[in-house]
Amino acid sequence: MRYLPLTEQDRGMMLQRIGVESIDDLFADIPAAKRLQARLDLPKHKSEMEVERIMSGFAARNVPADSQPFFIGAGAYKHHVPASVDHLIQRSEFLTSYTPYQPEISQGTLQMLFEFQTQVANLTAMEVANASMYDGSTGCTEAVLMAHRITRRHKAVLSGALHPHYADVVVSTSHMANARVDRLPPDVSADEDILARIDADTSCVVVQTPDFFGNLRDLSAIAEKCHEHGALLIAVFTEAVSLGLVEPAGAMGADIVVGEGQSIGNGLNFGGPYVGLFATRQKYLRQMPGRLAGQTVDADNERGFVLTLSTREQHIRREKATSNICTNSGLCALAFSIHMSLLGETGLRKLAKVNHANAVKLADMLAGVKGVEVLNETFFNEFTIRVPGKAADAVEKLAGQGILAGVPVSRLLPDAGLDDLMLVASTEANTDADRRALADALKGM
Amino acid sequence: MLNNQGRPTQPEAASGETIAHKTFTGNRGLQTHEPLIFETGRNDVTGVDIDEPEEFTPRLGAMLRKATIDLPGLSEPEAMRHYVRLSQKNYAIDAGLYPLGSCTMKHNPRLNEKMARLPGLSDIHPLQPQSTVQGALALIDELANWLMEITGTHAVAMSPKAGAHGETCGMMAIKAAIEARGEGATRNVVLVPESAHGTNPATAALIGYSVRSIRADASGTVRVADVKAALGPDVAAIMLTNPNTCGLFEKDIVEIAEAVHEAGGYFYCDGANLNAIMGKVRPGDLGIDAMHINLHKTFSTPHGGGGPGAGPVVLSQALAPFAPVPFVAKDEGGHSLIEHAEGSQSFGRMTAFHGQMGMFVRALTYMLSHGGDGLRQASEDAVLSANYIRACLKDIMSGPFVEQPCMHEVVFDDAWLKGTGVTTLDFAKAMIDEGYHPMTMYFPLVVHGAMLIEPTESESLASLDLFIMTLRDMAFRARRGEAERFTQAPYFAPMRRLDETRAARQPVLRWTKPETVQVEAVAAE
Amino acid sequence: MAGEHFTNDHEYVRVEGDEGVVGISNYAQEQLGDVVFVELPETGKAFKRGDQVAVVESVKAASEIYMPVDGEVIAVNSDLEGEPATVNSDPAGAGWFFRIRIADKAQLGELMDDAAYSEFLKTLE
Repeated sequence: MRYLPLTEQDRGMMLQRIGVESIDDLFADIPAAKRLQARLDLPKHKSEMEVERIMSGFAARNVPADSQPFFIGAGAYKHHVPASVDHLIQRSEFLTSYTPYQPEISQGTLQMLFEFQTQVANLTAMEVANASMYDGSTGCTEAVLMAHRITRRHKAVLSGALHPHYADVVVSTSHMANARVDRLPPDVSADEDILARIDADTSCVVVQTPDFFGNLRDLSAIAEKCHEHGALLIAVFTEAVSLGLVEPAGAMGADIVVGEGQSIGNGLNFGGPYVGLFATRQKYLRQMPGRLAGQTVDADNERGFVLTLSTREQHIRREKATSNICTNSGLCALAFSIHMSLLGETGLRKLAKVNHANAVKLADMLAGVKGVEVLNETFFNEFTIRVPGKAADAVEKLAGQGILAGVPVSRLLPDAGLDDLMLVASTEANTDADRRALADALKGM
Repeated sequence: MLNNQGRPTQPEAASGETIAHKTFTGNRGLQTHEPLIFETGRNDVTGVDIDEPEEFTPRLGAMLRKATIDLPGLSEPEAMRHYVRLSQKNYAIDAGLYPLGSCTMKHNPRLNEKMARLPGLSDIHPLQPQSTVQGALALIDELANWLMEITGTHAVAMSPKAGAHGETCGMMAIKAAIEARGEGATRNVVLVPESAHGTNPATAALIGYSVRSIRADASGTVRVADVKAALGPDVAAIMLTNPNTCGLFEKDIVEIAEAVHEAGGYFYCDGANLNAIMGKVRPGDLGIDAMHINLHKTFSTPHGGGGPGAGPVVLSQALAPFAPVPFVAKDEGGHSLIEHAEGSQSFGRMTAFHGQMGMFVRALTYMLSHGGDGLRQASEDAVLSANYIRACLKDIMSGPFVEQPCMHEVVFDDAWLKGTGVTTLDFAKAMIDEGYHPMTMYFPLVVHGAMLIEPTESESLASLDLFIMTLRDMAFRARRGEAERFTQAPYFAPMRRLDETRAARQPVLRWTKPETVQVEAVAAE
Repeated sequence: MAGEHFTNDHEYVRVEGDEGVVGISNYAQEQLGDVVFVELPETGKAFKRGDQVAVVESVKAASEIYMPVDGEVIAVNSDLEGEPATVNSDPAGAGWFFRIRIADKAQLGELMDDAAYSEFLKTLE
């Protein structure tokens, strides 16, 4: 077995030193009746070559995004990641290190996290950011729980254009935590009256921009009304690249900003691992979940970084912790941070502009297709179209023609009567030929 | 003629004490000071070439971002250097033994990384038509089958993103099952032993349960009598780690499971220490109802400096109907993904998509490489190595619970350091100078000054022996009164001990532009 | 009835007329280590004996502060927000947490006086 360095001779020598006859003597505490008598019903060990063959077999039965015209978004986006990002995150010292609890020998991870926190705070126009969450949806739920702690109220109002899966996660967790959720019906055209839902019991209002249907939202009025009623505004985004072009929630009065960071530095990976971004106001710092890297000095008065304010966390507070989370999404945060450093403000703004330009081109093209209607007035790189018939059927049919067209809204909102709606995204990864192929295929439907 | 010009090829004999002078850069050879990207990057520099798009009419309404974002950029060579230099300040498994108890820092095979990067597995979208991701669904199903076989359970929820998230998932399934029985209002207490990981009580509290502590007795394990005494009609579940955090197998586990079930509660097992028992015993056979599996521990998906992890939860038949969506189903037509809970007893959804696919690929690669025989051998070697370390150190370092074999980790206390002026923390920091990552310290809480060592199965005998000899030498020195070697350690790490009090009292959590430029200018006038 | 009274959880209440000054004992601050943060209650709120009213945090630990006797919080030591270290340097003086109006002075009799508290500490090793 190539990963196990001990030889049979070593094992015998070690047993002797321990003073037992056989390895099973070390497992004597397992109740005899329950010890496995037979071998596990699993195949025997395999060489690298054999394993590669099997895994490649799984891979061959999937259609990669790069291989076809690709317009799927709805919370995860196809972007180009520079080659250096993947090389750097595979450095042994980043890849195979643990959580930086020993700061003297973990400055690489700690400084990176401090840089990441600063990047996220600047990107969202907020005051502090943590060292990342599992993903956007779990971050969103943590934000709701945090708002409950701060306001000592227990009702969250969710916009009908919050990503439906994010809303599902909030609903499932809130039910368990005995908190209430007021979830608005699907809001395709950003005209819901969310202000009317805010009352004295409301702990927070959760609104996404660009929203699930692609619309951009001005959150200022909601923030104002929230604050009048002592509630918090939680702003959500699922496309981090949008922040290179679109007004950030922090500038519109949001109290907590959470989002999915996958778009920067991270691949699609069939849904994970991703990286949740989480930022808030300084005054709420001690109620914020998740790890934090902070600046300090060492015994020689040199600047260094440590994990800090850990008394909020589960390993110290136990049942009184702000959250039960113990990992962040370290390596994905590193990928995000490296990609963001490569982009810089100039690169990010350009990337966002190209995304928007490509989506505008696609929207114009699709608007010209008979029977197809583009519903959005505003959008970033994703928008909603109405198609003749069921969008799910259209997507399936287009997949048969070698085009991964978009996401039928009914896949996430099956009973909403929105069966003819489809989300379509166009990033920098799409070419004019891709867009033309989609428009032509839709024409033929 | 011979050419006798050129550089000398032998160092000059040392003339006495070496003087460690300050260098101009502050660097010490390969140990470099690395500034923050905010100090070297410039907002107008970029390491990614992107063409300006052609003129177009934006569709942003009034939502154009105006103010500066303030994100410095680096060209590619600068970025490479920055991150490579940062990486060199980290300890890593690839660089040395990483004996962190409870963390299972085993070797991370690179084949796993290679497989996770196959475009057919990495470049697929979670919302692609299911007909275009049959291989991905089959892979998740295959991994689920391995996990069920290894643990002897009936179902597995794959979507939880990490261990604590898995705990949440398992406890939510338990709560849903109790509500379905109509006992939601009356059963609201969770039993947690004092020796448990902090996540256990935190998770119970998160879903609205109150925690009742169970003491661990002098033998380090939980006694069935104590559990029985704490059980009652208000108890929803017990959360127990097995093997436990003291590195011991809970001998009474079957009786505990029976007692909990008899009282109408469920048994949540923290699976953090699965690495000790693969192929030796199956938690499902012991009567557990739910257990999360840390793929990043037992199945070697890399820790990545603190995540991403993955925490699938295996479930008993009783809890299976309450598992979250989405999950993979299989019929003659192939695999399909069940994405909605309506009309079922599922408690809902844990995360936006299907879980940590990238980690699934790595874990399955690891499992296929080992096979059933290799997994069993890995557990045996992990347990053998921990017991070997204990046998070789027990004459010089004291530890509790010596009357039973340890599992894959061994705990020492600090009684043997009494009177030396050296604490557990000092001892651990001195390990850094010897080139080792410290062991887990001060955990479990039930052992005074605990030092929890988990060598894993990845160490050769030579590596174990050097580690043992190093600790023995350190222990002798501590007892001989060489306290200074410890209390000021580390001396040779990239940094000396850091001031955590200062970091917490005046939190600086982001870089801000220094305002010193003008002040200096004024002072110069 | 004057002087300091102590609880099992190491809070003290120093009686000044009908009022009491609450903080943590010297032993408690030593056990906690460097205090980095103190979360104080709102003034004007009434609490029952045993209610959790404040939190004190060091780098490695967080402890809840419980009300030693029934009463209403009438003032808090907001200096601790900027200078939590005062809890370590002067726990009985400038490191006080909050001031209460004592509702029932009879409850003080159930707390330990100086001598009893010293004896109590000896039982904790």
